[in-house]
Amino acid sequence: MNDAAKDLTDALGEAVIQDPTGLHARPAVKLTKLAKTYQAAVEVRVGAEADWVNAKSPNAVMKLKAGHGATLRFRASGSDAAAAVAALVALVERDFDG
Amino acid sequence: MAEPIAEQVIAGIPAAEGLVIGRIAREGGHQAGHQGRRRTGSSAEERAALLAAVARAKAELDALIAEQDELAAEILEFQLALLEDDDLLAPIFDAVQAGASAQGAWDEALDKEIAEYRSGEEAYLSARAADLADLKGRVLRALAGEGDGGQGAQHTALAKGAILVAEDLTPSRFLELDWQRLGGGAIRGGSKTSHVAILARARGIPLIVGLEAELDRLAPDAPAVLDAEAGRLILAPSDGTLAQVQSRIQARAEGDAAATEALAEGAVTAEGERVQVLINVDDPAILDGLSPAHCDGIGLTRTEFLFAGEEPPDEAAQLAVYRRILAWAGGKPVTIRTLDAGGDKPIPGVSMEAESNPFLGQRGLRLSLAHPEVFRVQLRALARAAAEGPLKVMLPMVTLPAELAQARRLLDEVLAELAAEGVAHGTPALGIMIEVPAAALTAGDFAADFYSIGSNDLVQYLMAAARDNPALAALALADHPAVIELIQRSVAAARARGVEIGLCGDLASDPATVPLLLDCGLRSLSVAPAQLGRVKLALRGYRGKAAGP
Repeated sequence: MNDAAKDLTDALGEAVIQDPTGLHARPAVKLTKLAKTYQAAVEVRVGAEADWVNAKSPNAVMKLKAGHGATLRFRASGSDAAAAVAALVALVERDFDG
Repeated sequence: MAEPIAEQVIAGIPAAEGLVIGRIAREGGHQAGHQGRRRTGSSAEERAALLAAVARAKAELDALIAEQDELAAEILEFQLALLEDDDLLAPIFDAVQAGASAQGAWDEALDKEIAEYRSGEEAYLSARAADLADLKGRVLRALAGEGDGGQGAQHTALAKGAILVAEDLTPSRFLELDWQRLGGGAIRGGSKTSHVAILARARGIPLIVGLEAELDRLAPDAPAVLDAEAGRLILAPSDGTLAQVQSRIQARAEGDAAATEALAEGAVTAEGERVQVLINVDDPAILDGLSPAHCDGIGLTRTEFLFAGEEPPDEAAQLAVYRRILAWAGGKPVTIRTLDAGGDKPIPGVSMEAESNPFLGQRGLRLSLAHPEVFRVQLRALARAAAEGPLKVMLPMVTLPAELAQARRLLDEVLAELAAEGVAHGTPALGIMIEVPAAALTAGDFAADFYSIGSNDLVQYLMAAARDNPALAALALADHPAVIELIQRSVAAARARGVEIGLCGDLASDPATVPLLLDCGLRSLSVAPAQLGRVKLALRGYRGKAAGP
């Protein structure tokens, strides 16, 4: 809430949700757990227009209401920003498997 | 003991099938106790109390997760993750810092979130409001110093086979209840997509949601029938009703046991003739719970679910889904039907709106041919998936051979394109559904690689009785001689051309009509996954055509 105005621009990435039921509870939890393993600040949004939200907040990610076929966009800032975005994109691309 | 009260039927929505005869047990009230139990302390004390309550709720959830199966654990994981969500918790601790009580701050923040989840259009997100309410109650109980819901005593108070009625059930409360003792449940809240409904279906616990009753009118211990097949709770059931339900329960139990046993066995008739039994797939999500060893493959994959979003799915998204289905089948044949929109299954942005007679309108292949830009994407994805397994493409609502020829041309173009691009692909068999009477009567004129009879539409068009109109149920006779005649003709046409024919409508899933289909010469049936065992049982009882040659 304190540095929300700051843009995270160290790394960018995007991936399309494959699961027919969209980003439901299980994948939302997986996504945030993975994001939390990185030190970088990571944000996510659906499409190109919506507000960015904290990718480490399951509540915020759930409320994205990202459906099947929606494009998730990630951005991050911090020492491991590139690795964080790459890992999150890969997670979505392999349909939250494993 | 005879009850002087007249039988009374309360409507609801069946969320998990089953039948129970028992007595009403009331659930509820146990969560009201947490309000106002604690005296509010200093802001430091409140902060410590909230921290302790969150930690306790986490420990309780951890313990609960440890004793659950994977599905239940995943549902609870979401609640656990929320307790570790700094964005959610920080403002609550800020409010406590500013002088709010731990209970008040938690209550207010969670209520706000719950309202937000509920306000949306999406059924899925509003169903998650129940998970938040569950979590809210757990932390409030911990704040009030109550145990794990304090429900131990309730278990013993419930009579065996009792029918639980409640305003609503949270997922964790559902998991805490002793379903060995409880026969089933009926709740006023909930929906078919709620986590509680998913859990009940997975565990075979009969459940009705959206019960249309004031709970105060349901006296504890009152005799009742929970009919979670039809979606009704019957109070003070008459002797006649009880006898009827009793025999339905018995038939269900016998059928279930035998069907479960038959599931893993081969699909053969009493005379040892092998019959192909495949499954119909509406949504690939169901495949996770099914073994491909129990069937001969997939005879019908509906693809409408892919098009449920605001925009048609792109090639990559479709390809990923088709690949996953082929991977599940592990080398067994998979038939995928191209988009069957229109009629009773409108697709936003593709199917026409407001046709005066949608069942006789631009639906199925007609619609795909009218939207080649959408159709080509699906054909490309299917051809690419065909590189990885025996995939067949099935066209719905075909009326004329020229339509099949047009679709074949499009497929050939797509294959040439993929070859030119150097993209891996296969050449899928291209077959048609027989559901328009004109196609059934002239099946031999179609250059199809295979046929599949869609009995639901065939019956509807032949009997001129809309299948979504309950007033016409008496006319929708699937075993009418006219229907049988067309099935026989189609089978003969397929044999003459030397190509496969099967049936993938509801007729194949009904054990009562299976012998009739075998009499018609069919040896390939595609059925609802839940009916697999029952259909195999029906096959085993088949001893060839009853009378004469």
